Amino acid sequence: MMRKDFFERYPKSGDNLIGILHDLQDRNEWNFLSKEDLQAAADYLELPYSFVHGVATFYTMFSLKPRGRHIIRVCQSPPCQLMGATTVSNELKKLLDVDFGQTSADQMFTLEITSCLGVCGVAPAMMVDGDVYGNLTPQRVEEIISEKRRQS
Amino acid sequence: MNLFRMHILVPVDEEAIQAGVFDVKRELENEIQRRGMAGEVKALETGTVGAVGKGVVLIVYPDNIYYYNVRREDVAVIMEEHVVKGRVAKSIAHAVGDDLEHGHKAFHQVGLTRKQPRIILDKCCMVDSYDIEEVISYGGYQALEKIVSEKITPQQIIDEIKKSGLRGRGGAGFPTGLKWSFTAQTPGDVKYVICNADEGEPGTFKDRLILEGDPHKLVEAMIITGYAVGARKGYIYIRGEYELSIERTQRAIDDAMAQGLLGDKILGSDITFHLEIKKGAGAYVCGEETALIESLEGDRGNPRVKPPYPAAQGLWQKPTLVNNVETLANVPHIIFKGAEWYASLGTKKCPGTKVFTILGHVEYPGLIEVEMGTPLREIIYSYGGGVKDGKRFKAALVGGAAGVFLPDRLLDVPMDFESLKENAAVLGSGAILVMNEDASILEMLHSVLEFFAHESCGQCSPCRIGTRQLLNMIEDFRKGEGVESQLDAMIRISETMLNTSLCPLGQSLIMPVKSALENFREEFPAKYKTKSESVIDRRKK
Repeated sequence: MMRKDFFERYPKSGDNLIGILHDLQDRNEWNFLSKEDLQAAADYLELPYSFVHGVATFYTMFSLKPRGRHIIRVCQSPPCQLMGATTVSNELKKLLDVDFGQTSADQMFTLEITSCLGVCGVAPAMMVDGDVYGNLTPQRVEEIISEKRRQS
Repeated sequence: MNLFRMHILVPVDEEAIQAGVFDVKRELENEIQRRGMAGEVKALETGTVGAVGKGVVLIVYPDNIYYYNVRREDVAVIMEEHVVKGRVAKSIAHAVGDDLEHGHKAFHQVGLTRKQPRIILDKCCMVDSYDIEEVISYGGYQALEKIVSEKITPQQIIDEIKKSGLRGRGGAGFPTGLKWSFTAQTPGDVKYVICNADEGEPGTFKDRLILEGDPHKLVEAMIITGYAVGARKGYIYIRGEYELSIERTQRAIDDAMAQGLLGDKILGSDITFHLEIKKGAGAYVCGEETALIESLEGDRGNPRVKPPYPAAQGLWQKPTLVNNVETLANVPHIIFKGAEWYASLGTKKCPGTKVFTILGHVEYPGLIEVEMGTPLREIIYSYGGGVKDGKRFKAALVGGAAGVFLPDRLLDVPMDFESLKENAAVLGSGAILVMNEDASILEMLHSVLEFFAHESCGQCSPCRIGTRQLLNMIEDFRKGEGVESQLDAMIRISETMLNTSLCPLGQSLIMPVKSALENFREEFPAKYKTKSESVIDRRKK
């Protein structure tokens, strides 16, 4: 769908900016907001480009650089830390050969940090795209990653 | 309407989806069909019960038996043994455990299924929120009906809330009725009500449970609140990560609209109220009400300078009321059953119930609703089942990341705003993170400080610089390079942040820092005794 087609669903008022940015990012093949995306949002809502850029950089769910096919968000909040989030993060870094904020060489995964996902009962937890995984161990993480690799 | 002999509840949330709940549900429906029991047994999708880490849970009513970690192949067994033959399928009834021999009651003495006075969570996990008629038959929208039929005035509602003694459940515990009256008294034709569902406090998922399990209660509460303060438009600001909550709440709004319970001339009265969901995009600071308003307007979520308070100038500079999900969920009950009934629950100064999340090294992690003032010990040991694997209790981080590390000598503290305040602690969001003897307070405080350094919005200097300085210092201790005077410096910095930061994010760091350093000083061994060469000390010379 062309950008301007789905823009029509939003009334032209500034409070729809975050919703529009969500939509733009979801439609972007590389899970990020390109300059063109930001410009289109700015044009549609008649806002300065710099303002839109400012909003997009404030929120952790938006990325201004291309990301992998799957976004892995590892919870780093105290409940997950207590239950072993560090071990899980290290395993992920090793498996994907990346650090937080980076994308794996095959462009498959981007590893990110997230604050509490609200599933603390199954800590440590992570979110892959829209799905939540809990009770993670290094073995479980490896299974999830190879499953995702197989699927694509 | 068909009367069913038996209901099998299928609680669905992110965790259950991951464990394959939809497979189980499909299998269950097939089994019911196959056995020709579609007229007498019904499988029903609900929100979750609050017991977590149990995979797919099935609850059989009216017997009240819980089956945990149900796999697809278990469904046939449950159908054959329980539904057809009427006896508990013992081989897989994990939940009832040791009580199996004693009357098969799920409400037993220890664990999350122990009896709770559930008021705000009464419909969570009990009704299918996608079925508005069922919600109504369970008492949904009856407070709204009462207001319309008995022609209760906005002032009467505010007085009733004031009389009930309800206090804000977002963390600060401000009297709700008083807050409402501020917004109601401000002159103005256009006012707004906002529900703060930007639940981001680490260790908290109470609002998610309400949004997923009983979104209609929130819709009803918002209508009542809007009517009371004179607002015709409301917003529910839900954090972006809560996809299922957004979907269910949107559905509840649409269904209520279709039934004439929301929109223009609600139930034929003069009440008009419209409701819209706004999705967040990942920023902890947006839980602060003025930052949330900024974000709702489509701006960066930087907190505003107060005053003016939202009651005077809030969303688009109009008088605005912001309340937390859990606070609002109390409202329909108070209106329907009366302030006196509500005030009889909990403690004198903090009436009602509170939802707590019990996490960390406990036997049964999860979520409960109990009366305000329930001792911490009872929550951890009777509901949470005590410290896991028979280990010793070391500390509990109570109130979320901005909470307090409570040592074992404070285990008997009643959990309410006042009692905790007397012990230099906070109730916060009601998160209780239990740590056993092996846990490192140093590591936990590091995790807390890392979180705040990441989430500080950077608008005001004390918070932006303070969180970074605190993190640097704790990292020195982690590396074994700590200097003793740094510990005092950490408390001084957090005190400065308390006095000078713009919003509660910076102001509340004193809680975890001070409580960790004062109660567990021995966990922060310093390498050097000499005076720190930190910036602050050099400046003082």
